[in-house]
Amino acid sequence: MDIKHAKDYLYWLYYQYLLVTCCYVLEPWEQSMFHTIFITVFAMVVYTAYVFIPIHIHLAFEFFSHIYDDSW
Amino acid sequence: MTRTRVIGSRVGLGFRCRAGVVADPKRPEGAGRMERPEQGLGEPDSHPRANGCSLTGYGALRNGYVRGLPETETEIHHIAHNGGLYKRPFNEAFEETPMLVAVLTYVGYGVLTLFGYLRDFLRQWKIEKCNHASEREEQKDFVPLYQDFENFYTRNLYMRIRDSWNRPICSVPGAKVDMMERLSHDYNWTFTYTGRVIKDVINMGSYNYLGFAQNTGICKEAAAKVLTQYGAGVCSTRQEMGNLDKHEELEKLVARFLGVEAAMTYGMGFSTNSMNIPALVGKGCLILSDELNHASLVLGARLSGATIRIFKHNNMQSLEKLLRDAIVHGQPRTRRPWKKILILVEGIYSMEGSIVRLPEVIALKKKYKSYLYLDEAHSIGALGLTGRGVVEYFGLNPEDVDVMMGTFTKSFGAAGGYIGGKKELIDYLRTHSHSAVYATSLSPPVMEQILTSMKCIMGEDGTTFGKECVQQLAENTRYFRRRLKEMGFIIYGNEDSPVVPLMLYMPAKIGAFGREMLKRNIGVVVVGFPATPIIESRARFCVSAAHTKEILDIVLKELDEVADLLQLKYSRHRLVPLLDRPFDETTYEETED
Ligand SMILES: Cc1ncc(COP(=O)(O)O)c(C=O)c1O
Repeated sequence: MDIKHAKDYLYWLYYQYLLVTCCYVLEPWEQSMFHTIFITVFAMVVYTAYVFIPIHIHLAFEFFSHIYDDSW
Repeated sequence: MTRTRVIGSRVGLGFRCRAGVVADPKRPEGAGRMERPEQGLGEPDSHPRANGCSLTGYGALRNGYVRGLPETETEIHHIAHNGGLYKRPFNEAFEETPMLVAVLTYVGYGVLTLFGYLRDFLRQWKIEKCNHASEREEQKDFVPLYQDFENFYTRNLYMRIRDSWNRPICSVPGAKVDMMERLSHDYNWTFTYTGRVIKDVINMGSYNYLGFAQNTGICKEAAAKVLTQYGAGVCSTRQEMGNLDKHEELEKLVARFLGVEAAMTYGMGFSTNSMNIPALVGKGCLILSDELNHASLVLGARLSGATIRIFKHNNMQSLEKLLRDAIVHGQPRTRRPWKKILILVEGIYSMEGSIVRLPEVIALKKKYKSYLYLDEAHSIGALGLTGRGVVEYFGLNPEDVDVMMGTFTKSFGAAGGYIGGKKELIDYLRTHSHSAVYATSLSPPVMEQILTSMKCIMGEDGTTFGKECVQQLAENTRYFRRRLKEMGFIIYGNEDSPVVPLMLYMPAKIGAFGREMLKRNIGVVVVGFPATPIIESRARFCVSAAHTKEILDIVLKELDEVADLLQLKYSRHRLVPLLDRPFDETTYEETED
């Protein structure tokens, strides 16, 4: 029961994605092209975030701790 | 300030171009919709107040950005503010496009545009078959014909959802209609008919306000009798052999119905406008036209050769400014005074569902001694206690309107148009109007339909049926509008207007809405870009007296379901009175030809 519910919800989400991005009115080959591009871009954003955000946070942390170290 | 600008200028639309031909044939190129960059409004504080009245308590509401406003009490009663011009509350409010929706809509158009360019590229390099019109080989080196935005829009955006328009129906357009089933195997470039008929689709699109579009009942019987007596064709014009006793009878009745001295009838509503305005005004005259006027008025105004100035929709400040400037400055260059100034307005605007602010227009017209041309196409029969249109709705005197125009195509379920007014006016039009001199007159069975339905509305057939229809329509309208509002849709227009636009915004939702509703056996009209600003796509319902409460409830239930599927309940219950919508100062010199 719950699984069906979740499936329905996922389908609904997918439908909203289709409507908002106007994929809904594209022809199938255009749709797959759009999905591919969208997923690629999205994956790259996630990957970049995963790779770089920890580094930047680490650097920032060091930078600030440095400043505070100096001033005290 | 920035926020004010973006939201204020109706979602920062760069150009409001309504000229066009595609999605809805109703409003083609408009003089009223000249492309003009929307300027941001001036300083918010210096924004002139609606008719000099201060909307106490709503001062900050203009941009819809007051947080924590009480949710429901946002109706604006202009009755309190207009020095008693209005005898009844005038509740007309337009909710702003929510910011997120606006952004997502533009994203959608962005995606579609990109794919449009891709497809155009493929077509140009002959990778894909080119289905649309293109230049011939000999024309290749000339100025391109199909490159402008309208053509791009037609072939790359409209084509994808074209199945929601122009569906042939095959029965009388009453409360329910039968539709022909139609399929496309090449993504809407061509359609084939399967031969099947979709039965009993609930009709929410026809202008059948009073339910007189019937194939049974007294109107049909009377028309059938006249058909056996007179036949269908007249085969001549009013000035020659085409003047039947029925025409005289009809004109007397129309004049009596409207409460004017005389009236004249024409075979077509569109040409009533487009052929009579040129007879009334000409060179050296000034036409002040509402920006959302119907194509027929726009065409008439252009054909007349008079100078045309556009005022903001239903915005009396804008109208007054134009009137004042016209009188102060006179004609361009020569500075002679204008021969005539004619104000063109409609009773109910068919895309916005708004009702003209007639008391104020008449006050202005009297103050500046101009003439008023009122097109009652949608309001005649549909407004007022006894169906006499906007004039009765506001409790005004029909003699204050110089030219009362209307059509028989809507409430009366027939065809044709009329003009009513002073006897001199009608006599003048009889000899000068092109559609009186050159066009074949109304066909007798059609006239009989008008006669019978009009008598029915007036109660002259000895029953109260007509009156009940008018009341039923008013009731249906209020019920339908109230329920939609409660459900959380953004709907436009006056709460008494039977035209109910429901906002869809996103391009994919136009197609999805039409298809989903038809799947649930409900026929709706969806309206897109050339007829509306590009972002404000909508579905337009026309409530009818023929709809029973059960039918409306079915529609509302299905609508609720579709709205949850498509996420259409955008409303945040913040209303902005129409008068306080952004008003870019149309200066006189700026709009000179
Ligand atoms: C305001 C207005 N005027 C004129 C017309 C044209 O009338 P007809 O359809 O009878 O030609 C219409 C029709 O939609 C209209 O909405």
